[in-house]
This record gives sequence, C-alpha cells and structure tokens, in this order.
Amino acid sequence: MKEIVVLSGKGGTGKTTVTASLAALAKNAVLADCDVDAADLYLLLKPEIKETFEFWGSQKAKINENKCEECGKCEDVCRFGAIENFKVNPIFCEGCRVCYNICPRKAIDMVDTLSGHWYISDTKYGPMVHARLGIAEENSGKLVSVVKKAAREIAERGRYEYIITDGPPGIGCPVISSLSGADMALIVTEPTAAGLHDLERVLKLAENFKVAIKVVINKFDLAQEKSKEIEQYCISKGIEVIGKIPFDEEIVRAVSKGVPPVEYSSGPAAEALKNVAVLSFEGVRIA
Amino acid sequence: MIVAIASGKGGTGKTTIAVNLALSLKDKMQVALLDCDVEEPNAHLFLLPEFKEKEPVTLPVPAIDQEKCTQCGICTRACAYHALARVGKRVLVFEELCHGCGGCGLLCPAGAITEIHKEIGFVKRGTARGIEFIQGTMNIGTALAPPVIRKVKSRIPKDKLTIIDSPPGTSCPMISAVYGADYCVLVTEPTPFGLSDLKLAVEVVRELGIPFGVVINRADMGDGEVEKYLQEQSIPLLMKIPFDRRYAACYARGGLLVEEFPELKSSFDTLWKAIERRVEA
Repeated sequence: MKEIVVLSGKGGTGKTTVTASLAALAKNAVLADCDVDAADLYLLLKPEIKETFEFWGSQKAKINENKCEECGKCEDVCRFGAIENFKVNPIFCEGCRVCYNICPRKAIDMVDTLSGHWYISDTKYGPMVHARLGIAEENSGKLVSVVKKAAREIAERGRYEYIITDGPPGIGCPVISSLSGADMALIVTEPTAAGLHDLERVLKLAENFKVAIKVVINKFDLAQEKSKEIEQYCISKGIEVIGKIPFDEEIVRAVSKGVPPVEYSSGPAAEALKNVAVLSFEGVRIA
Repeated sequence: MIVAIASGKGGTGKTTIAVNLALSLKDKMQVALLDCDVEEPNAHLFLLPEFKEKEPVTLPVPAIDQEKCTQCGICTRACAYHALARVGKRVLVFEELCHGCGGCGLLCPAGAITEIHKEIGFVKRGTARGIEFIQGTMNIGTALAPPVIRKVKSRIPKDKLTIIDSPPGTSCPMISAVYGADYCVLVTEPTPFGLSDLKLAVEVVRELGIPFGVVINRADMGDGEVEKYLQEQSIPLLMKIPFDRRYAACYARGGLLVEEFPELKSSFDTLWKAIERRVEA
C-alpha cells in the first residue's frame, strides 16, 4: 500500500482538484481529506457517511468559582494569556495544565473538549476518511493523525493499493502530520511569485521526510515565464515536474457541478490531469 | 484601527486585498501592513519592503541538568504534550512537541530544569512605499505558527491603520491572526469550495465577535451561490473583483493592481469607505 499526499504550500493552487482527479482514476484506493479546517474534497467525491466519530482533541482549564480564592497565581503562570479576572478564555487555553498543577486551592479542573468529528464514508471511488474540526478549535495536527491512521487501517484491512490524501496548505503542524509516513508528496503550485516562494518552503520541509517528491504546475499558461522559472528551479533541485495543467474554465464548471474534472470534461486540463494521475501512480509504485 | 484580511480557503486573494488596500490608503493616512501568514508569507513579494530590523522569535523549551535530575517523573507526567520522556536514566526533551508552557520547570523539585530559547522564526520590520511593513516568518520544520503570529502582532503600531494579512483556514493560526481586529474582510471566490470554506470562516468570526464583510474575487468565474448565501445571512458584500487575465498576469509577476489598473484603484477606495462606515457604526 502506497500513500500519495497532495500538498502546495500556498493555498488555492488546486490541491483538491488534483486529489479528486487521482481519486476518480485510481481503481483501488482509500481517500483521505487531511485539510481538516477547510475540507473541500467532499464537494467533489460526494461521500455517504457510514460512521461518525467524536474527536476529543484537547483539554481546557476551567476555574471552579466556589473554590477559587482569587490569588491570581494561575494568571501569573499562564503563558498563553488565557486567564483574566479568574476566568479562562478557551480560545487561548492550550491545555498545558500549568494552572491546574499550580493552583493552591485545587480550584481548576481540566475538561475534555470535543474538538471536532471525523467520518468514515463510502464514495463511488472507494472508502473515504474525512473530518471537521470544531469552530475555533486547535489541534488540527492531531486530527490529521487520526484521519491518516483510520485511512491506513482501512487500506490494510481491505488490501487497497493506494491512499490518496488531500493535504492542508502551509508548512505547519497539520502539514507535518500529513507528510509523516507518506510515500509521495505531490506538490501543486501555480506560476506566480507567491506560488514559487511557497513551493520553495514546502519543498524544504518535505525534504526532511522520506518521501518521493513530484511537482505539478497548475494554470501554467497564465504566466509562461513564471512557469519556466518554476521548472528551472525544480530541475536545479533534482525534482521532476510531472505535469503542467493549462488554465481551462471547464475545471471551474466541473467544480461548480461537484464532479472531479477528469469525469466532467475531456478538455485540455482534464487530459493533463489524467496524465498527472498516471505518472503519480507509476511514480509512487517505485517510491 | 485593525482590519484583518482572512479567508477559509487559501488562494482566494487575501494578500492581493491586503497589499492593494494598504497602497490605496497610504497617501491619506498612516498605514501598517502585518504579514501574519507566517508559514507562507507573500506580501513582501509585491511591496518589496526595505527591512531595517530583524528579531528572532523564540520559544522557551526545557533543558534538563542530568546531574541534578532524580528521575522522579513529575515533569514527564505533567507535560500535556508528551514533550518529555524518561529513557533509561535520562529525561529527554522533544523540543518539536513543546509548547513552551513552562510547567515542567515550575514543578521540578530538584531544580534540574532551566529554559533555553529555541528559535522558531523571526519578525522583520521595515517600510515599503511609505507603508510600515512587519512580517513574521516561521522556520521550516517548526509546527507552531501562533507564537510567531503573536510576536508580529505585539509590534502593531499605535495610531496607524493596521492591515493584517492572515493565514488561510479556520484553526489556531487564522484565529491568532484575526483576534482583536476591529473588522474582518473575508475574501472568497464564487465556487462550491469558496462557499464551503467561507461558511466556516463566518462561523469563526461570529464566534470571536468581530464585525465582518465579504469580498468576492474572480467574481464571474463560478456561480451565484456565494451571493445568495450572503443575502440570506445579511452579510455585507464589500467588493467584487472580476476575473481578468491581465489581473492574473499582474499578480503572477508580483505586480500591484491599483497602480496598473485605475478602475481597481476606485474599487479599493470604495472598499475602504465600506469598511470605515461599518467600523464607525
């Protein structure tokens, strides 16, 4: 079983479009959406939820007013600015338990928090694991780990050939969690100054993991010069660009219809996406 | 006044709005632009600031004096992040898991824990075309963006209009960036992805009690569902930017829309008036 995680650094370059295209063309894959705080893959793959699980991701401090003598020690030790006037602001509380450990009156409880939900679903392309982080909740990295673990278990049990994972933007904790244990990072970029800048940073991060790295340039024809610059950069790093997808309004229409572009259209972008899928599967088999 | 530019979905045009809004106001008032997308900061690619100062952002992480350590296990049990573990006769620190809460040092009965300042990023300050420019950058391989974002925000100048370019998403980095803003501009695109993530971002800013409005970018490349949602929810639509290959090309090379396209200059002026009216109300 091989895992492909689709990343980008910069948001909005087309990760979900690429992931959905791979999902639609893989014959034998488990699908995972690890962009847990802005999940969109469901819009194209239309999962039917089979099982729902609670994600108890963190603890938050709570001050018991009856026991509190307002000594203020908790406020002094809290480094996250989460305690003010003997009340905990749950948005800032990182669940570190320092106040709980230090309170001389034992007036602080650590309360488990329901930080989100995750789901095992069926799609016409295979089983899918996805999640939704609660509003203003943290610990997205931990929820990503939960999603990935479930996807792996399903893949192992059902002897699936691939796990195809839609990753989050950025380079922080959920991205690090998404990369861990993956066989290939497929990085989708766009020919813009920001696209290249962010590609450089996510490549540096991915190089710390034991993953094969491939790059796709989306909407490459909107700025041919920048696309060339990105290709040159990748060559200099020894990284293969396995696809260049042209700008094509058919993609927007496919997304608006809620269909993976490779199923909706046979236009130039859909053809390029098919090619990316073929090369990704070939690439990850030998990774 | 602090105006945060945010979005659930990435790549909708946050940086474009932040940079061009700052530029269109700089002759009328003192403006500061804070790039709080510390994982992938991009505003500097457009404004090309001249940086004058650079300061590190550090996280206090424990260092164990193995001579003094009695392996009592108090610190390893107290750490909520499993950043401390007893291995054989030593206590090991896993710095990448540490949130820097300081709990282990406070609780160690043997006085064996001191703190070292681990660099997790840096804040740079300078100016660009008369705009005060403050940028946070998280080191690659670091997991935690919020401490870097908090450091950037600790540098918010008084008596200037501060525009914050936020990271995408709806979890802790985005919340750290928009918290405390007087107004939030949510940037979206008229696609099912844009709408789905906009709804999440709306829930966050409502939870935080920040007044907000929406900008629709590439407004003619999709469907009418976002506008329908805004009407149903009585959310102000502040501005629409059409898709235009010339705009896309300008963005691609790091160009500035309000300088190249006069029609957009007046759109940004109108956007500012809409924001100002709502903050004063």
